Amino acid sequence: MKTLHLALRSLRNRRATALLTICAIAISVALLLGVEKMRSAARDGFANTVSGVDLIVGARSGQLNLLLYSVFRVGDATANVSWESYQKIARHPDVAWTIPISLGDSHRGFRVMGTNGDYFKHYRFAGDREIKFASGKPFEDLYDAVVGAEVAKQLGYSVGSKIVIAHGLGNVSFAKHDDKPFTVVGVLERTGTPIDRTVHVGLQAITAIHVDWQSGMQAPPGSQIDADDARALDLTPTSITAFMVGMESKVMTFTMQRAINEYRQEPLLAIIPGVALSQLWNLVGIADTALMIVAAFVVLAGLLGMLTAILTSLNERRREMAILRSVGARPRHVFTLLIAEAGMLATAGVASGVAVCYGLIFAARPLLEKRFGIFLDPGGLTGYDLAILGAIIGAALLMGALPAWRAYRNTLSDGLTIRV
Amino acid sequence: MSSPSPSYSAAIDATDLLYAWPGKSPVIDIAHFSVARGERVFLRGPSGSGKSTLLGLLGGVLNPARGRVCLLGTDITALSAGERDRFRGEHLGFIFQMFNLIPYLSVLENVLLPAQFSPARASRIPGGDLAAEGRRLLAALGLGSTDFLDRPVTELSIGQQQRVAAARALLGRPGIIVADEPTSSLDYDSREDFLRLLMNECKTQESALLFVSHDTSLGPLFDRNLSLREINRA
Repeated sequence: MKTLHLALRSLRNRRATALLTICAIAISVALLLGVEKMRSAARDGFANTVSGVDLIVGARSGQLNLLLYSVFRVGDATANVSWESYQKIARHPDVAWTIPISLGDSHRGFRVMGTNGDYFKHYRFAGDREIKFASGKPFEDLYDAVVGAEVAKQLGYSVGSKIVIAHGLGNVSFAKHDDKPFTVVGVLERTGTPIDRTVHVGLQAITAIHVDWQSGMQAPPGSQIDADDARALDLTPTSITAFMVGMESKVMTFTMQRAINEYRQEPLLAIIPGVALSQLWNLVGIADTALMIVAAFVVLAGLLGMLTAILTSLNERRREMAILRSVGARPRHVFTLLIAEAGMLATAGVASGVAVCYGLIFAARPLLEKRFGIFLDPGGLTGYDLAILGAIIGAALLMGALPAWRAYRNTLSDGLTIRV
Repeated sequence: MSSPSPSYSAAIDATDLLYAWPGKSPVIDIAHFSVARGERVFLRGPSGSGKSTLLGLLGGVLNPARGRVCLLGTDITALSAGERDRFRGEHLGFIFQMFNLIPYLSVLENVLLPAQFSPARASRIPGGDLAAEGRRLLAALGLGSTDFLDRPVTELSIGQQQRVAAARALLGRPGIIVADEPTSSLDYDSREDFLRLLMNECKTQESALLFVSHDTSLGPLFDRNLSLREINRA
C-alpha cells in the first residue's frame, strides 16, 4: 500500500508526462473499444437485416445468391418461381403467411420490388422492429408506390411525387415504363437495411407494366395497352422472383425447408435466413478483423509510449531510489514502485479510454442513426471487452517489468551513494 | 582509541575488512574500525579514499570479500541482502551531502519515510504518534515553525533541506547515524549550527554518530578523530 502511495505521489510529481502517457493510452483504448463496438454493431446490423422470416424460397441456385438478391437487392435471380408453386406452398396449413417478391425493374438506380401488403405487416428487421411509415400509407391503387427513406432523401420524393419505372436494373436505362407512371403514396422510416434503398409497388403493378412487353421489348405502337386499359386485365402474375415464409410453428421450419427443396414439380430452394446470413458474414467479416488488428497495434504503440516515458525518467530518479534504499527500501520495493507506476498509468489510460469511447458513442449515436441508419447500441462492457481491457493492463504490467528490472539493477549497483 | 571489550557490543565494529570492485585492486582494507554506542566520531575521508565503499559496507548494500561488520552486536555480513536492508532501515540513519529528500513528498512525509519501510523503527517512537515525533525532531533541529511541515521540500533552502534530512535520519532512534559530508554545501556559520543541533539530538537519543568529511576544521567538536587514509591500508 505504501509503495502504491509513493508511486502515485511520484507520478503526480511528473504529471505532465504522466498525463500525456495516459492520453496516448486512452486514445488507443478508445479506438480499440470503438472498433470492437462498431464491429459488433455491424455484425448485429447485418444479422438484423431480416428477422421474423423463417424461410426464403426462390428458384434453385445458391444459398448466398438467393439471400443476396432477395434481402440485399444485390445480383439477379437466375430463374423465377411459378405462381402455382407459390400458391401451393402459401396455402400449406403449416405456413402462417408469405411475402411474394418480384424483382427486375429499377428506378434511377434503386431497385423496384413488387410485393403485397403482407410485406409491411410481417417483415421484421433488427430483432422485432416493424417497417414504419414516415409519411403516407401502403400502396392501394395499382399505380401506387412506397419508397424507402434513402430513395426519398436522394431523389427528394414525398407523398404525391410521380415516378417512372425503368425496365431492367441499369442505373441508366433506355427502356422506360413511361406510359404507366406511379404515384408515391408512402415514405418509409429509415431502417438501416436495404429497404431504405427500395421502391415498393404492388405485385399486380409489375404485371401491368409488362403486360404489353415481349422478350424484353415493348410491343410496337398500336398493340400497346395503356395504363387504364391494363386495369381491366387479369394481372395475376405467372411467376414471382422469390417469396418469404413465416411458419405457424418454428419447429416445422426444417421439415418445410426439406419439403420445398425436394419439391418435384419445380426446382426450388428454401433457405433459413439466419444460417445464410452468418455464412455471408464469414465472408465480409474479414475486413473488420483487419481493422481490429490495426487498433491492437495502436494500443501497442500507446503502451510503448508509456514504456519510453518510464525508461527516460529512470536516470533522473536514481537519486530518489538511493534515498528510498537508505531508509530501508529493498530492491523489491523499487521494483514494485515501477511496476505500480506502469499499472497506474495503464489503468488510468484504460479507464479514460472507456470514458472517451462511451462519450463519443453517446454523442454520435443520434447522428449515426439518422444519417446512416446504424443503430449503435453502446451497451455495457461485455465479457470480451473486459478481457481485452484486462489484457491491456496486463501487457502494461509486463512492459513495466523492463524499467522495474533496470531500476532494480541500478539500485543494486548504485547503493546509497549515487552522485548527481 | 581503546578497543571495546568483547562483552560490550559496539555500535560499529569492523574487523579485517577487505573489499574490491570486480576485477580491480582492493579499495578497502581495514584491520579494525569501531565506534562505540553513543560515540561521535569524525572520519576524515577525502574523495578517492574509499569513503563511498566504506559507507556501502556499513550500510549493508555492499558485502565485503573478507572480514566482518558488526553493527550493534549483529554481524551484518552474515545476513542475507534482504535482512541487511531490513537491518539498515531499522538501525541506521543516513544523511548525505545533498539531494537528501524525495522531491514529491512534503517535509513531514520525508521525515516519516523510514517508519514506512521499518515497522520496528516506527514502533520505537514514543506513544506511536509518528507526526508528533517528526514535528519534535524538526523543532529540535531548528525547523519549529509549523508552516514548514506540508510545504514541498523543493521550496526549502539547502540548509533547511539538510535539517530535514537529519530529522529523518534520527526518526525512530536508530543506534547509528551516518553523515556523509552533510555540511559541505552549507556556509561556515550554519555548518556549526547544524552540527551542534545534530550532535545534541544524537546525544538525547543515544545514537552513535559517524561523521565523514574532508573539512578538518569540524574535527575538534567530536569525541574522536580518525583519518580513513590512516586506517585504510588499500
